Amino acid sequence: MAIPLSWWLTVAAALFAIGLYGVLSRRNAIGVLLGIELMLNAANINLVAFWRFITPQALTGQVFAIFVIGIAAAEAAAGLAIIISAYRRRRTVVVDELDTMRW
Amino acid sequence: MLIEFIPVLVLFALATAIAVIALVLPAFLGPRRPSRAKIETYESGKLPYGDARYKVPIGYYKIALLFVIFDLEVIFFYPWAVVLRQLHVFGLIEMGIFTALLVVGYVYEWKKGGFEME
Amino acid sequence: MRPQLPTLDLVPLYPLLVVTGWAVLVLLADLFVQHKRALGYLALTGVIVAAVVTVALWPGVPTSFQNMAISDGQALFFNLVFLVTGALGLLVAIEYLERKDLQRGEYYALLMFSLAGMIAMAAAEDLLIVFLGLEMMSVALYVLSGSNQRDMSSIEAAMKYFILGSFASAFFLYGIALTYAAAGSTNLAQIGSWLSGRGIPKDPVALTGLSLLLVGFGFKVALVPFHWWTPDVYQGAPTSVTAFMSVGAKAAGFATLTRVLYSAFSPTFTTDWVTVAAVLAAVTMTFGNLAALVQRDVKRLLGYSSIAHAGYVLVGIAAASPVGVRGMLFYILAYAFMTAGAFAVACAVERREQSTTTLADYAGLAQRSPLLAAAMLLFMLSLIGIPPLIGFWSKLFVFRAAVEANLAWLAVLGVLNSALSAYYYAGVVVQMYLREPGRSPAEEVAFRPWRSALAVAVFLAAAATVVLGLWPGAVVNLLMGV
Repeated sequence: MAIPLSWWLTVAAALFAIGLYGVLSRRNAIGVLLGIELMLNAANINLVAFWRFITPQALTGQVFAIFVIGIAAAEAAAGLAIIISAYRRRRTVVVDELDTMRW
Repeated sequence: MLIEFIPVLVLFALATAIAVIALVLPAFLGPRRPSRAKIETYESGKLPYGDARYKVPIGYYKIALLFVIFDLEVIFFYPWAVVLRQLHVFGLIEMGIFTALLVVGYVYEWKKGGFEME
Repeated sequence: MRPQLPTLDLVPLYPLLVVTGWAVLVLLADLFVQHKRALGYLALTGVIVAAVVTVALWPGVPTSFQNMAISDGQALFFNLVFLVTGALGLLVAIEYLERKDLQRGEYYALLMFSLAGMIAMAAAEDLLIVFLGLEMMSVALYVLSGSNQRDMSSIEAAMKYFILGSFASAFFLYGIALTYAAAGSTNLAQIGSWLSGRGIPKDPVALTGLSLLLVGFGFKVALVPFHWWTPDVYQGAPTSVTAFMSVGAKAAGFATLTRVLYSAFSPTFTTDWVTVAAVLAAVTMTFGNLAALVQRDVKRLLGYSSIAHAGYVLVGIAAASPVGVRGMLFYILAYAFMTAGAFAVACAVERREQSTTTLADYAGLAQRSPLLAAAMLLFMLSLIGIPPLIGFWSKLFVFRAAVEANLAWLAVLGVLNSALSAYYYAGVVVQMYLREPGRSPAEEVAFRPWRSALAVAVFLAAAATVVLGLWPGAVVNLLMGV
């Protein structure tokens, strides 16, 4: 119980904000994917911290975090596959250049 | 309460200091006689060739993302392994089902030629 | 310490287990079956089996599986909507993929996995299952929308859908974490009882969690202002995928949204989310209809129309009453038939070398293919809300619920919006019936009723639009038991 809950939450919020910035500012699809992973992991830190400080008797937060890690991997793999197929077709991973459809 | 983390801080400071000393002192104390073999990148004994920033064939990414999937599934084995003795046969059957589903994915990947380099 | 072994009561999960198991079966069969079309029929069989299991469970079984899943009337009703959508999507795909030379086994397996995710979402009684189902559905849909590797707009759709979808998932997960912090549980019923049993009237942490969850849901069901991906994805994805996901993903999102709002965030936060839902509904239907007015591409037009319809569905949720929920359920069933049917017609009209259809492609459709044009006419009239088609009753039910809930302004706005939408739906009808065919007519000439899977899908959707419109009582009676 050395480090108070607020510290963990600050780290998580900062990580989430960094990820958000990455998603919004990166033009490279791989960079966007990295940003999304940061956001998911920020939520994971929250889940584990809340488990430790709020419900230490029930494992909900921990189990949730493990599931999120597994899901995030599946998501990243699907995303990478999509990025690869875009690269094969257009020789680019820059998101702005994927603009054939406009309203 | 944060006082408990003082040793960690000391460790960080010591590690940084030693690293700085090891890098800075030889520059002043040691003799300097550079030769071609000395300034070459150290590649664990192999002879270095080419540029470090070259494009990797896209096939590697395919292998990498397959690795990510199968590697991270292991995370579900850890909590299971911790309580394996208490779970007895029930846990074994559950993990059997989980592994069987992984094997389905593996067989599918294999038969579809996912492991072939293009 | 000996851990308490869970008692495995899997009964409420039977439909989910059938669909998941069948998806694995299709995946494995893909390795050995050369004739990929057969896999489509194999998947269709699985959907029918799951529908039989769902009906057998009616009128629902109590919560079980560690209080994580529930199969009450609402979940089972949603299961039926998903399975109907899945069946229509499979029938459309079997023929569409053949024509586009895209016939591949993984399409059917992915569609089944996505269906399993939707069913998990409707049965979820715990935020863990909600998230699991959401991701299972979404990841499969990302890949499906990019399944036409030769078409750049399909890949672009997949990329946009993936980036914005996983972006939304991150917000959603952060919302889950905060909700867990506020209530100390991820179980929806426990969250509800904890939040309303507190001395403090409103926990700001829970409120923040609720807002982030709403952002996530907003993305998934395409509410304005979280809708930017929708038209691009619906236009770019292969049309058979659009037919499936425009209905399935939206219905699944609303299924979970309803449960989260009604059981976890009621009654303490009811006034908050009712206000948000009412405003979002008003903005969503107005913007969707306005943007649809100027579209020349029919898939894109239907994409904006689906945004507008998400607004109408949200009116039912904003009513925050059992009447509103029943109206919403009826609306989603109606939406499933009308929209999946309209996209099925778009599949039939689409040229082989294109990936979408413009309004001009529909010119003179009534002369070239009278039955197809008649079906499209029915869907368009129903989407406007002309009696006695099913779309009329669905709008009537949600707007009536809104009036009863003192949201008369929302109902008035909804009616005005329906009038507005008549303009662009009628535009399609005008093309089909009053315009002469262009120089190179589209290829739907091969459309023969009763001989093609696509025709069966169009016929089923059209028949449901008419029959359930003439006898809405059948569905209403079913919903009274929900």
